[in-house]
Amino acid sequence: MSPAVTLKDINKESSLLRSRVVIAYAVVLLLFLVLLARLVQLQVIEYGYFETLSNNNRVKIVPVAPTRGLIFDRNGVVLAQNTPSFSLEVIPENVTDIDVMLTELKQLVEISVADEERFRRVRSKTRRFNAIVLRTRLTEEEVARFSVNRHRFPGVDVKARLTRDYPLGSLGVHVLGYVGRLSERDLERIDAANYRGTTHYGKTGVEEAYENVLHGRVGYQHVETNAVGRTLRVLSREDPIPGANLYLTIDTSLQAVSEAAFNGENGALVAIEPSTGDVLAFVSMPGFDPNAFVDGIDRKTYSELLNSPDRPLFNRALSGRYPPGSTVKPFFALAGLEQEANLADKHIWCPGWYRLKGHKHKYRDWKKHGHGRVNLNDAIVQSCDVYFYELALSLGIDRMHDFMVDFGFGKTTGIDLTGESSGLMPSRDWKRGARNQPWYPGETLITGIGQGFILATPLQLASATATLSMRGFQLRPSVGLVVHDSAAGETTVLSTAQAVSIPHSETKNWETIVASMVGVVHGPRGTARRIGIDAAYKFAGKTGTAQVFGIAQDEEYDADQIAKKLRDHALFVAFAPADEPQIAIAIVVENGGSGSIIAAPIARKVMDHYLRKMVDEKKDDRELLTAFASSKVLGYLRP
Amino acid sequence: MVDGIREQSGLAQRLHMDVPLLLGLLALATVGLVVMYSVDGGDGRLMTRHAMRLLIAFVVMFVLAQINPRHLFHWTPWLYLLGLILLIAVLVFGDVGKGAQRWLRIGPLNFQPSELSKLTVPLMVAYFFTDKSLPPRVLPVLGAVGLALLPTFLVIQQPDLGTALLIGCSGAFVMFLTGLRWSVIAVFAGLLAASAPLLWFTMHDYQRSRVLTFLNPEQDPLGAGYHIIQSKIAIGSGGIYGKGWLNGTQSQLDFVPERSTDFVFAVFGEEFGLMGGMVLIALYLFVIFRGLYIAVSAQELFGRLIAGGLVLTFFVYVFVNIGMVSGLLPVVGLPLPLVSYGGTALVTVMASFGIVMSVHTHRRLLSD
Repeated sequence: MSPAVTLKDINKESSLLRSRVVIAYAVVLLLFLVLLARLVQLQVIEYGYFETLSNNNRVKIVPVAPTRGLIFDRNGVVLAQNTPSFSLEVIPENVTDIDVMLTELKQLVEISVADEERFRRVRSKTRRFNAIVLRTRLTEEEVARFSVNRHRFPGVDVKARLTRDYPLGSLGVHVLGYVGRLSERDLERIDAANYRGTTHYGKTGVEEAYENVLHGRVGYQHVETNAVGRTLRVLSREDPIPGANLYLTIDTSLQAVSEAAFNGENGALVAIEPSTGDVLAFVSMPGFDPNAFVDGIDRKTYSELLNSPDRPLFNRALSGRYPPGSTVKPFFALAGLEQEANLADKHIWCPGWYRLKGHKHKYRDWKKHGHGRVNLNDAIVQSCDVYFYELALSLGIDRMHDFMVDFGFGKTTGIDLTGESSGLMPSRDWKRGARNQPWYPGETLITGIGQGFILATPLQLASATATLSMRGFQLRPSVGLVVHDSAAGETTVLSTAQAVSIPHSETKNWETIVASMVGVVHGPRGTARRIGIDAAYKFAGKTGTAQVFGIAQDEEYDADQIAKKLRDHALFVAFAPADEPQIAIAIVVENGGSGSIIAAPIARKVMDHYLRKMVDEKKDDRELLTAFASSKVLGYLRP
Repeated sequence: MVDGIREQSGLAQRLHMDVPLLLGLLALATVGLVVMYSVDGGDGRLMTRHAMRLLIAFVVMFVLAQINPRHLFHWTPWLYLLGLILLIAVLVFGDVGKGAQRWLRIGPLNFQPSELSKLTVPLMVAYFFTDKSLPPRVLPVLGAVGLALLPTFLVIQQPDLGTALLIGCSGAFVMFLTGLRWSVIAVFAGLLAASAPLLWFTMHDYQRSRVLTFLNPEQDPLGAGYHIIQSKIAIGSGGIYGKGWLNGTQSQLDFVPERSTDFVFAVFGEEFGLMGGMVLIALYLFVIFRGLYIAVSAQELFGRLIAGGLVLTFFVYVFVNIGMVSGLLPVVGLPLPLVSYGGTALVTVMASFGIVMSVHTHRRLLSD
């Protein structure tokens, strides 16, 4: 190219640039129109679609858990409440270094290995901005110490929340039960919709049985949330309906006296008001502190409770199956009177043993050399085994079975608690079905003294005794008394099921049996005469001793040489006053030895407490109550 | 010669300000402040901070407008060299933030050298062509491509795809304005398309996922596609008239990610709707058209090329940002100039407008 061409041609350059800028103008305009078209597409054509998505995005329904109902005893003593407790909560998002925070925090507040373990487990499953509980039930001192140093711990705070609290600790734990954290498995069994937001629910006792009463109805909040679910604003709120308060039939002072009366022994006691079926005291010893379960029990404590040879978690009163021993004798005696009207006048000779015809085996009496000449009254008062061997043989196992089932043996009482055991009342049919074996006459004999296959729960014994004290009027035992729904302003009396009258028995027969039971306590030869001394009321009872393991034919039973857990169970059933029963009671002291020595004194303490209150302090009340009770009884008598 | 210079509009001419351009930029800045107020839920603090940054940026623009393009012309090679050195320095000493090495700490200043290159690359390419015959021949074109690609490549290494794109574009626009033959443009376009797979393999995982997400955002609605889906919901639910200022639920409720910076248009679109979007696009169009007019009316080639190149780069910002927020383009981290909150990029944009104004207000007008 010639040099001239390389000279810059300003005009040419200028027009070239101008044409390029024109192209740029056009392209810019075109591309902006593309953007505008896109906006039209999104904001006009697809508007409805995005509008819906936008609304779904922001409003969330958040459940609000109702406040759980309180539980009181029959006199208004609080048994379960919701107390504000201080807990230490951590919002991981706001903590720079979790490990450093924990180390420094430990110098101020006690944080156990279990606490830390639980915190780390929950943290891995929780959004960073959600609070995680690190420690519960801070002491006031810990709260104070932390508060002073709060500035050092961003993201950590003390929060007050409502925690289920059992102010009386282990007292009555086996009737009260406890709440625990709601697990995924629990949700499958219950109305999951009503439990959205609820963290705890009743696991045992009345907390479980009256869960639907105590829980209440879930409320809802419509909240605006952001993309990650953080609540920004509450739009509307439907308040939850708090759970109703529950009054129990339990008399806390009687419960306390009963538990104390066990004096460290294992066993169970059930006290019932015969005229109503109200359970006044419901004891299974040992107990445990239900508060430990509320926020998740730590593994160590739990395994200690679980593996303790004393089995504190086991509800003996409700589920414990014990051979009733001689406590069944009054019932079989009544069956005998039903079968043979003048049985009370007949005597037998007790040599201290009994032998079935054609058998070598000697069935022994607890008294080695025998009771001598005894009639029915003597047999109950002195607890003669031989008499009842003969009686059982004449009744036959099937008649015994049918009679005892009417009193509630071998079937659940229907108490308003879950987990009740039905015990066992054997029969020919049962043995054929369950064991595929024929029934042997010897088994009838030992059933007659409450041994062998027959098993009863303390609750069944107490209920049967109450029925006996009421001369055949049977009421379903219950622990729930009144439901007070403060939200609805309603008070509902939990009525006991209709009383059933035991179909047979003349009044005379009942009185014969009751008189013999009075003789057990007040008679000069009664097995429980020691507790009848200077009693302010007339007391009817029956001792029992249940063999835990068999001893060989000619062996002596020597309590001192036998390991404690193989010792006999001591039993006692009683009611008082004998003619106007206000309390019926059944006691089992595990491995306690003799019923008269260990179990009966407990009954005396419990009765004294319950009846002295009636006799001395609240005489007027007692008259009113008695009048009420008898009117009810009359009502049942003459419908 | 002094007589030949006409007082363009008194005070504005003496301050070297172009009034229409200044008004357009001020209008955009106002939109930015209004949206910032809404972004932090009416708190006002973010708006105040944005106002401070805008003020600084306008001061930078004013200062640069005072510099005669001829001086700038002489400094250009040195500025370009400085830019390269800083880019290398940032790769060696730079602070790592959000997985990318972009910042250089000089004393108390946190400085992003790639921003400087956004200015030095078009300047250098324009400088390079001033003594070449136009339309340029192959050899000078290759030289110019090299000048533009070197810093672009360094920025990709950081990696900062958005800025690299802008730097590359600014060089390309200047070349386009020189009257590059269409056949050459076609060849370069072909080469670029061919190198795309190569680019794919040099990309970081997050960059690849952005491209894949762009192709099908619903594929991963909670992960990478989430930003796009939420910002589309925000814009779409705004409708024609918008939900009203401070009432954008999507943005007020934190659904829109990075809503003060790159995704600020989602907030704007939700609260002001299609009407607002049209006004905003019209404002940008006005600023860009005015800038292109300045380029056309510039008397010297250097001034024409840099004014045109810088204004077209500004257009890329706007187009890529709105395109990305509305789901038309893949997510490339580019702010919406003047409206998005953010210091460095804003200063650079305003500096480029300072240069554009300087080009316009240092003309010697013939008095005929």
